[in-house]
Parts: sequence; C-alpha cells; structure tokens
Amino acid sequence: MTPLARSAAGPSATGWRPSFAWMKVLAAAPLSAKLGLFIVASYVAVAISAPWVSPYGEAEIVGSQFEPWSARFLLGTDNLGRDMLTRLVYGARNTVGIAFASTLLAFAVGGVLGIFSAVAGGWPDHLLSRAIDVLMAIPQLIFSMFLLTIFGMSVPVLIAVIALVDSTRVFRLARALAMNVVTMDYIDVARLRGESRLWIMRREILPNILSPLVAEFGLRFCFVFLMISALSFLGLGIQPPTADWGSMVRDNATLITYGDVTPLLPAGAIAVLTIGINYLIDWFLDKSSGLREGQ
Amino acid sequence: MRNILVLIANRLATGMLTLWIVSLIIFLGVSALPGDIATEVLGQSASPETIVAFRTRLGLDLPLHERYFAWVSDILHGDFGISLANHRPIGELVFGRLSSTVDLAVLAAIMAVPLALGLGILAALYRNGAFDRAINLLTLTSVSFPEFFVAYVLILFLSVKAGLLPSLAGFSGGTVLGRIEGMVLPALTLTLVVVAHMMRMTRAALIGVLASPYIEMAKLKGVSPIGIVTRHALPNALGPIINVVVLNLAYLVVGVVVVEVVFVYPGLGQLMVDSVQKRDIPVVQACSLIFAATYIVLNLTADILATVTNPRLLHRR
Repeated sequence: MTPLARSAAGPSATGWRPSFAWMKVLAAAPLSAKLGLFIVASYVAVAISAPWVSPYGEAEIVGSQFEPWSARFLLGTDNLGRDMLTRLVYGARNTVGIAFASTLLAFAVGGVLGIFSAVAGGWPDHLLSRAIDVLMAIPQLIFSMFLLTIFGMSVPVLIAVIALVDSTRVFRLARALAMNVVTMDYIDVARLRGESRLWIMRREILPNILSPLVAEFGLRFCFVFLMISALSFLGLGIQPPTADWGSMVRDNATLITYGDVTPLLPAGAIAVLTIGINYLIDWFLDKSSGLREGQ
Repeated sequence: MRNILVLIANRLATGMLTLWIVSLIIFLGVSALPGDIATEVLGQSASPETIVAFRTRLGLDLPLHERYFAWVSDILHGDFGISLANHRPIGELVFGRLSSTVDLAVLAAIMAVPLALGLGILAALYRNGAFDRAINLLTLTSVSFPEFFVAYVLILFLSVKAGLLPSLAGFSGGTVLGRIEGMVLPALTLTLVVVAHMMRMTRAALIGVLASPYIEMAKLKGVSPIGIVTRHALPNALGPIINVVVLNLAYLVVGVVVVEVVFVYPGLGQLMVDSVQKRDIPVVQACSLIFAATYIVLNLTADILATVTNPRLLHRR
C-alpha cells in the first residue's frame, strides 16, 4: 500500500548484521520478541517431528465421533472419530508447510520480476507494472477462488495460485526497493565493467535490499497463512483427508454450539503463530530501522 | 478547479480501463480450462451429440471475441446468464444476495468507523502512553486472528454461553428487528477485523499533523488538548483518514465471504463459495466480477476523495 514510504526507508536501512553477540541481542530483545521467537521455534519443532510426537496416524480413525477429552484421546476425537491432537500436530506440518512453500514461490517470482523491472526500466518495466496494477485491483480472496475453480483444487495448484496472487505485492516492494539502488554509482560501474543484467540483479541489488525483504517475508507469510486457512475453512483449500487447521475448524464447528472449545484450538493455533511472527517482525523492523505502517 | 477535474477524469479513465481488463481476465480465465465447460459439466462419458448441443446452447461454438462481447453486453443489460447447477437466471440469484451482503457491510461500517476514529484519536492524544501501547499491542494481536476464529469466539461467548444473540443469521423471523438481531454478530466480527487497521492509520495520520509547528503554537496559546485535536489537527488529517475508511469499506465487502459462511448468512460470498464447490462457472464468473467491480469502484472513490480533500496534491510537481 505504501511503496514510497518503504522505498524511502529501504536501502538506507543499516541492515541486520548477524554477529557473534547474537545472544546479547536476544537478551536485550523485548519480551514480545522473545515470546514470538519461542512460539515460532516450537511450531517448527512440532511440524518437523509430527510423526513421532503424535499418538496416532494422520487420517487414522481411532474412536467414535466427537469423543470428549480423555486420557486416551487428550483432546477428544473429530467428526469422523480421528484423534484431535494428532490432527492438530499434523496440521502444523501441512498448513505451515504449504503456506511457507507458497510464500517462497511468491518471493521467487515477485522478487525476480520486481528487481528485473527496476533494472530493465523502459517498456518492460512499464508493461509489468501496469499488469501487476490490474492484478492487484482484484481482491485476493476472490481472485484465488476464481482461479481455484478453473484449475481445480489440489495442493500444487493451491500453492501456485496463492503464490501468483501474492507475488504482486512482493513485486511492488522489490521493485520500489530496487529502484533506489539502481540509481547508485556502483551499478553504473558494474554496467560499464560489462557485467550481465543477471549478475547485477544478483550481486549488486539483491544484497542491498535483502533486509527489508526478509521482514516482508514474515508479513507475507502471515498473510498467506491466514488466506490458506480461510480457503481451507471454506472447503476450497487443502482437501481431506489431509489434516489442516482451517478445515478442522469447519468440520467440528457444530461442537461450539454445545459450548465445547475444541474446534477453537486449531483456529487458536493459527492465531498464536501469526501473533508470534508479528511480534518477531515488529522487533526486527525496530532493529533494522523504520519500515512500518501499511500492512 | 480545472486541474482537479482533469485529475479526476484521469483517475476515472484508469479505473474504467482496469475494470475492463479485469472483465477480460475473468472471461478469458475460463477458456484456460483444461478441456472446456461442456466436457467439464457433462463429464467425459457424454456423447458427442449432447456436447455439441450443450455448446450451441451456451454459445460456445462462436469465436472467442464474439462470445466476450455478447457476455459483456448481456451483463450491462443485467443478464448474467444461466446457472449450470440449478438452471435459474444468475441475475435473480445474485441481486437478492448482493443486497443482503451490502446490508451486512453497511451495518459493520456503522459500528466500525466511529469506534476506529475514536480509538485512533485517543491513541494519538495519549501517544507513547500506556493506553497507546496497550492499543498498539491489541491491534497487532487482532490483525493476526483469522476471521473465523473471531467469529467462533464471539459465538461461543455471546451466543452459546450468554445466550444474548442468535448464532445463525437465517432470516426465519422475517421482521426487520429479527433480521438486524441476526446480523449483529456477523457485523461485530467484521468490525473487530477492520477496526485495528483503520485505527492505526487514523493514529498515524493524526500524529503526523500533531508534529507540525502550528499545533505547537495552538498549544502555547493554551488551547485544550481536545480542542487541538478537533479544531486544528483533525481537519488536516481528514484526507488520509477518509481514504483509509473507504479502503476498509472495500475490504469489508470482500471480507464478508468467510463471515457469511460462518453465520450461514445468505449473501453473495456464500453463493460464491457454494458455486466454487459445485464448479458452477457462470455463477463464479458473475460473483467475481461483482466483487472485483465493487472493490475497484470503492478504491477509485478513495482515490478521488483523497484528491478532493487534499488540495496540496494538486500542486505537486
């Protein structure tokens, strides 16, 4: 939304220099950042160790429907009699994994195109920018639903669609940031030296815009993660029997009308992770000087 | 004045162009289907004759550009075609739903806008104080919640535990009051979702103005803090605030999709989700177009309002 504000702060940012004193930096971090780091680390740990942590198999039917919390099923069972805890643990792996893959792809596509657009200038830049403007004029959720109708619903399609829709935002930011770097003298020097466009993009521009891009990665990840959960919740994202937090909420929502909080757990899991990441980014942005505001 | 008109005309033209290209995307996207609608709907086993008949009925045998122009002119005449799922005219399905969705969005806006402005002004007044920090943390937290989480938490506490409001928005009663009662929870959910962003932008816009010298002057003259905000700061911050309010209204119209599904509210979003599941392509096309058009028009409005309320924009460059 505010590429200008961001670009102004972009390359002048001091950047985040990892040093041997990282323990000290961490110790000096505010409580919210520590909390965020702890949340993210534990999610990653659970996601990686899912098959060993969970008591049952991902799609294994182990009891009758909607069993209450008990020693055998710590969080009860779902609408098909599968263990809630197991699904929750596997959900960490699937939902987070797919969101991560989509964000990565969005950054690969949007980042490369954005930097290219800034370096190339002229009509390629103009054409790309206008095309992205038009794509951004369509609301994201609606556009993804439309594309999913056309290309069908499967995990690879889901990743590609979300990445395409989200890469427009990455493009904007990457282009705005790269624009400021392109005007630097050392870019001219590299050009005169006869370096290729690809080399300039990779070796001269990328390192200079990396730190704001990393922060943006966190924000985009949250956004993609929420959107995939929303799509899955609507029954249009990750398809059964794959465990996923969005569809788990939907499938078990009837329990809420009986005052049972179990269906809120996956939704809560989504909320807690995004909060954790947001706290981390907030701290990261404070450290690498002020790109704030906007979404 | 002339400048303003030129600028507005320019924006309008860009907006119309965008709308036109979006309609192209929505139309042509469908022809990217592997196979085409006929085989998609009738299945692989359909006989060639039925496929040909189906294609002629939908006009699929015509060349692409003719189909596009026919589609657009039909839509401009209010005819969205026939639903594949239940063979009813789409216009009939869509317009009733659209008005319910707009009702919901308007109710949410009535709740959200004053709340966001009030909180934003308070946060700007007492900036960097405990209140400001609490609000900041709270909004950072609330933007992290998926909409359906907010919705179900509200259902759990307000409707199941306290029994205050119905959890389903189905219009069983039929009276206006009953309708509004059913809309309160969905609208409240939407409010909570948009308030954070609106409030933060209000705060940011106000703080930007509060830093200027003439505010300091007013302070030295002895104007009360409330007076400073309402008489001196707010008028100058109005442009960005109106802008963010309209942008969030645009978000509301789209954000209703998830909320409508949670509360089984018979709006356009729910229709679109159902149609995507059934792969009822003409309905999905119509819904996408309506949502996109609303979004574009509201964004355009925000743009123009920002221009009109800020004459300084005209003298740039």
